[in-house]
Amino acid sequence: MDGNYKLQMKDISKSFAGVHALRDVSLNVKQGEIHALLGENGAGKSTLMKILSGAYQKDSGEIYIDGKQVKIHTPRDAKTLGIAVIYQELVLAPDLTVAENIFIDKLSNGRGYINWKKLRADTRKQLDDLGFGDIDPNAKCGDLSIAYQQVIEICKCLTRKARILVLDEPTAVLTFKEIRKLFDVLNKLRDDGVSIIYISHRLEEIFELSDNITVLKDGQYVTTVPTGEIDKHRLVNLMVGRELKDLFPPRSASIGEVVLSAENIRAVPRVNGVSFSVRAGEVVGFSGLVGVGRTETMRAIFGADKMDSGKILYCGKDTHFKDPKDAVRHKFGMLSEDRKNEGVLLEQSIRMNVTIAALDKVTDRTGFIIKRKAEKKFVEDILKSIQTKYASIENDVDSLSGGNQQKIALAKWIAADCKCIVFDEPTRGVDIGAKVEIYKVINSFAENGIAVVMISSEMPEIIGMCDRVYVMRNGRVSGELEREELSEDQLISLAMEV
Amino acid sequence: MQKSINLKSFLVKNNTYIIFFAMLIACIFISETFLLPINLINIGLQQSAPLLVAVGMLFVIMTGGIDLSVGSIMAISSSVACLLMRDAGFGLAGGILAAVCIGLICGMITGALVAYCNMQAFVASLSVMTAVRGVAYIITNGSPIKVEGTTLSTLVAPGNGYPVIIIAALVIVAFCLIQNYTTYGRIVIAVGSNKNAVELAGIRVKRYMLSTYMISGVLAAIAGIFYSARTSTGSATVGDGAELDAIAACVLGGASLTGGRGSVFKTLLGALILAFIGNIMNLKGVGAYAQDVVQGCLIVAAVLLQGIKSK
Repeated sequence: MDGNYKLQMKDISKSFAGVHALRDVSLNVKQGEIHALLGENGAGKSTLMKILSGAYQKDSGEIYIDGKQVKIHTPRDAKTLGIAVIYQELVLAPDLTVAENIFIDKLSNGRGYINWKKLRADTRKQLDDLGFGDIDPNAKCGDLSIAYQQVIEICKCLTRKARILVLDEPTAVLTFKEIRKLFDVLNKLRDDGVSIIYISHRLEEIFELSDNITVLKDGQYVTTVPTGEIDKHRLVNLMVGRELKDLFPPRSASIGEVVLSAENIRAVPRVNGVSFSVRAGEVVGFSGLVGVGRTETMRAIFGADKMDSGKILYCGKDTHFKDPKDAVRHKFGMLSEDRKNEGVLLEQSIRMNVTIAALDKVTDRTGFIIKRKAEKKFVEDILKSIQTKYASIENDVDSLSGGNQQKIALAKWIAADCKCIVFDEPTRGVDIGAKVEIYKVINSFAENGIAVVMISSEMPEIIGMCDRVYVMRNGRVSGELEREELSEDQLISLAMEV
Repeated sequence: MQKSINLKSFLVKNNTYIIFFAMLIACIFISETFLLPINLINIGLQQSAPLLVAVGMLFVIMTGGIDLSVGSIMAISSSVACLLMRDAGFGLAGGILAAVCIGLICGMITGALVAYCNMQAFVASLSVMTAVRGVAYIITNGSPIKVEGTTLSTLVAPGNGYPVIIIAALVIVAFCLIQNYTTYGRIVIAVGSNKNAVELAGIRVKRYMLSTYMISGVLAAIAGIFYSARTSTGSATVGDGAELDAIAACVLGGASLTGGRGSVFKTLLGALILAFIGNIMNLKGVGAYAQDVVQGCLIVAAVLLQGIKSK
């Protein structure tokens, strides 16, 4: 085969239960390049990468590394061939330390005992090389933010001398600063001759970082182009057949009375006096870096975490939600940023997920007995109104794509009939098509006179969606911007210490 | 290809039914006495107590917990009820009421430790199991308490239509309905599936966790009395190992010990599978030790069948 390529995947096909997930897909990656793999969720990117990593077996097709045909039957085979994959779902052991996690498969290096001093020093060096000197090698991974856990994950692969590195949405949870650092590392790795396959839904990143782009659509290969020869516009068209300007659908909401106003909210250690307000029909954004206290502020108001001090005016009344139940009873909802652990019940039915916060709507007069027929209609009506794809409401949420899972989480709050709702990173890890659908749902919340707070780390999303934006820094609001003042420059300068 | 996938998922989904019917048919062929009414009634009388315990255990397991204290609660309930009936002039109703109160309190202690003190269910219920069994020995002085007359034995009398079997059947039906048609059943399984998400959906998760241990305690207490009724004797040794049989029944019924999965009806089948094994081997004169071996192997087989799913 062509010797110019480090990795060639040729005519790969794979089907699940008779449904084609991949059909004759090819991917050619050169040595020392960053190759972007692009496509909507369900386009087959993850399946292709799972075949490369040995997690799935291909039905047909060939894989060549350095021109030699290879067989990858198990994840171990892939590892031996120098292939490392960093998945969206982190696989760190939360109770082990950073050092232990990074060197998990060579803790003793065959000596039969662990040289802790060296282990820590090696870890220190790895972290410093990545530019994350502030991570303590002795910290437990479970205590770190998701962003830092991702960094540990990347570190782990680097110590294994991977020559082909696959990153699946690595920046979805990283802050602006951290992304810069990651890019520096990736560029350095490219210069060292590592081949990087980069999966991301953020087009800006792909244009900045990648050398070539391969686009997949509906399990089929579309094209491979040098990054310099294509623009955003055409790329989106290739992926979804949709124009970029349609990404943020228009909204015709009339803004009314203040629904929620918070004054001087404090919750140690992350929230040091936050004040804001949101009106009916308004979408208010919370921008800023990851970990500056946006989620914590909202959780404290919602009653999920302890609030140390502060005043909440909700629907004109002095209120203090003592727990989430209290908040939900007052028609105040919060969609968590952590879909898997706090958003949906993955192994339970769609039916159960949608009505869990609104069981009183589907019970008889006793409030105890569920009217299953009425519930079915209730659930199906809601799902229809937000155009969710599903086979049956009895199916597990697990069986849906990420975007549709998130819609189920949204449906839960539609069912609960909220007056005010907080969306924490509502489009994390979903593809462009699903993003638009979620934006539409958020718009319909606002159009129905609901006060919406949207926490987001994606600046285009903040700019495209919000009527007004609060930017947070170090547990405080560092600035408030009206819609017409919004720009990435403004947001960044308010978010960072200048 | 397609067919093998279907067969697999069929096995995974229905393994409880398959094992149950296989066991039933095997029993019918192995012994002619198996289907005789006298034998079936005997199974009913023996199994009404373990069934109640298994249903209570299931609700705890569905929240992701476990309740090892049920055997000890059977013992203390049996001891206290019989003591009160023998020495304090309590009638049957009074004895049962007292026992149920004790079961409720024991369950409340375990549940509070788990839900509000964040103790692991295994540890909390192990402690309660040990302490409660000790109390039962203290109050009975370690000797059996014989209740004279027919007070207690009316529960197993044919003249009344074998009340224990009827009560057990009613409880099963009630909990089947609770599981499938009430908010309570819905929330219990949701809690076991993802506690955080349920809490953020505005549900006071801890109360539900606590309540399952209370249910388990009450059902175990009633089971203790049922057990005593067969011999009209209360004892601190009643219910030894009952917690393990209950867990086995739940697992055979497809429940997951990590929570979020389980069915009352299938747990009933699970308990009956265990009952059939014991019964058929008794009928054939096989010793108790061999029964344990078969039981253990069967549980492994059932869980392996379910395990196909995780691949």
